Amino acid sequence: MAESDNIVVETAEKIFADLADPQTINNDKKDAWKAPLWRALSEAGLPLAWVPDDLGGSGASLADGFALLNAAGRFAIAVPLAETMLAGWLLAQAKIASPEGEMTVLPANPKDRITLNPDGSLSGRVRGVPFAKAAKHFAVLAHGKDGASIALVDAGKAKVEAGLNVGYDNSDVVTLDKVAPITIKPAPKHLDQTMMMLMGGVARSLQIAGALESMLDISVRYSNERVAFEKKISKFQAVQHNLAKLAGESAAALAAATSAADAIASATAFNDEVYLEAASAKIRCAEAAEKGGAIAHQVHGAIGFTIEHILHRYSLRALAWRDDFGSESYWAVELGKLVAARGADELWPLVASR
Amino acid sequence: MTAALRFDPIRLPPKCEELRKEVRAFLAEEMARGTFNPFKPNREDTDVPEFSRRVGERGWIGITWPKKYGGHERSFLERYVVTEEMRVANAPTRRFFVADRQSGPVLLKYAPEHIKMDILPRICRGELCFAIGMSEPNSGSDLFAAKTRATRTDGGYLINGTKIWTSSAHIADYMIAIFRTSQPTKENRRHGLTQFLVKMKQPGIEVNPIGQITGQYEFNEVVFTDYFIPDDHVLGEVDGAWKQATSELAYERSGPERFLETYYVLTELVRAVGNDPDTRSAEGIGRLVAQLHTMRRMSVSVAGMLQAGKEPVVEASIVKDIGTVWEQQLPHRVRDLAAFVEETASNRETLERQLDFAIKTAPKLTIQGGTTEVLRGIIARGLGLR
Repeated sequence: MAESDNIVVETAEKIFADLADPQTINNDKKDAWKAPLWRALSEAGLPLAWVPDDLGGSGASLADGFALLNAAGRFAIAVPLAETMLAGWLLAQAKIASPEGEMTVLPANPKDRITLNPDGSLSGRVRGVPFAKAAKHFAVLAHGKDGASIALVDAGKAKVEAGLNVGYDNSDVVTLDKVAPITIKPAPKHLDQTMMMLMGGVARSLQIAGALESMLDISVRYSNERVAFEKKISKFQAVQHNLAKLAGESAAALAAATSAADAIASATAFNDEVYLEAASAKIRCAEAAEKGGAIAHQVHGAIGFTIEHILHRYSLRALAWRDDFGSESYWAVELGKLVAARGADELWPLVASR
Repeated sequence: MTAALRFDPIRLPPKCEELRKEVRAFLAEEMARGTFNPFKPNREDTDVPEFSRRVGERGWIGITWPKKYGGHERSFLERYVVTEEMRVANAPTRRFFVADRQSGPVLLKYAPEHIKMDILPRICRGELCFAIGMSEPNSGSDLFAAKTRATRTDGGYLINGTKIWTSSAHIADYMIAIFRTSQPTKENRRHGLTQFLVKMKQPGIEVNPIGQITGQYEFNEVVFTDYFIPDDHVLGEVDGAWKQATSELAYERSGPERFLETYYVLTELVRAVGNDPDTRSAEGIGRLVAQLHTMRRMSVSVAGMLQAGKEPVVEASIVKDIGTVWEQQLPHRVRDLAAFVEETASNRETLERQLDFAIKTAPKLTIQGGTTEVLRGIIARGLGLR
């Protein structure tokens, strides 16, 4: 793991290492680790990292928050840290203070919509909402006749149908039926649902990249331990080449995700160049999750397919994260349309602008 | 953790963007004056001496080298921008590119001063073409197997043997080659190879062209018969070329030329589908652009590492592995998508002609500059597996 010179990441990694060791978590069938972990993260101010001091958060930079998400991916953290960070960020865009406790954002899918009714209430049915069941509040992007608004909603007022994603984390259906928000304000001009989805997509990209870093790490280590046909499997050229490909996928995911995070963190406007970065990260990281995860399992053989082994904590979660905030095929269509609309001669200038 | 692979999001500084504009304007001018036609991929005339000289006049060859050798002491990132604009435009860079990328840096490191003063300024002016003599019949990526002998004689060496797959040897002024000066030892099978500066167009060298499946002639077989090389043309350590040659290969690995060789078919596909593509075309283009963007960001990141004085051997190998596999698949993916292009697309014939050429080019892309298998071996070593 790269040594971090980032105090936010250092703090988080220490908490993860102490309270979220993947092997301990994997053995704990009752999820007793969740409450202490969440408490420690909250005490360190990490879930509200992206919320300014005056709105109840710890005011970390976007860059530090993104680095934190990458670290969370390396530990395959299964508490709503990314979701609460995103919710806090969304609320802060409209200067709405964040409450304490777990949050998540609505919608979590580009095709879903929450409507702001003329009477000021919110309605809509949205699917695939990560950790909705665990959330005390929702940060909502809603659309009314006057454009987009951002609202804080009490989760107790919504109907939540629990579901599980491929990685066994909650991914729920949330229905708002004329729910009165706690607070609602107009969204700033630059913020629309596309931007919100890309922000979520970049968060997921960093988590996927982190999970792939860990998959590479444990796969290399395993190949240096496991003996077959009287030698370590790391000495077989076919295994070496597979691991080299996994390193490539992991590196590509990390490069795409950190580049997109850097683009958003230093952006002055949400233009086509930032769109290219964010959409590309989600597309490429999702592809890497598929290809890289398959290799990690191949290297581990049957043992990595068992529920006792920690590999699935990374591999299945990375696969599940592909679906949140727009899948890779969704963003590929959107990016392809953008490229086509700009025209052939503008493609290279767009790519070379970064 | 075992592997700490980092690809920091290096951004090109503003002066690179200034330079990019200059290079684009220059290339547009050259196309307008008919120096080259990027939309004629089957061209025989990729060697255009006056183009090389004009690039040299602009100061874009030897861009990072010391001024006293004719260089310009600019950054690797500036060099990067020039390379990618030339590549995307399909400019005829063959005459100077090998010298700029590889041979010049080797001379800077290992040649005696009088040779540097003589040759490097001429490279910078775009006057010299270099070839690389590494592969031999039955050796290829396996440098240990090189057999061509350099035998000690009065004041130098006599060379006997054959190099092969030597790009541009037929137009080259010089070759940097490795020859066997002694046998490998039991302790060190990498011992016994020496790097030499070879003057082409001299008695004792015969260059025989080898046709390629693209219809081009770029490769050659180079036969040495009692060819004399003076002592001051030895580069670096006698019998110790192994390390020199492998670090030379690192220059070959991570640049934009390692994922942009078939790029032109993607531009032409975007042109053919028009401004309002169907879903299938849009998705295909979106994925290819995301992959291209990611690779380019990795490649820029490696250029940043080189600029910082690091030796990113594993990272460069990863970029070349992923990049060349991608540029190899690209024409095939574009072909898939081109099946749905309207018959009336204005550039349909151009697209088809380019695809034909790119599909024929593709097989070589994962071979040149170190095969995929060799690169994966290097990556595996970096991961601590060997």
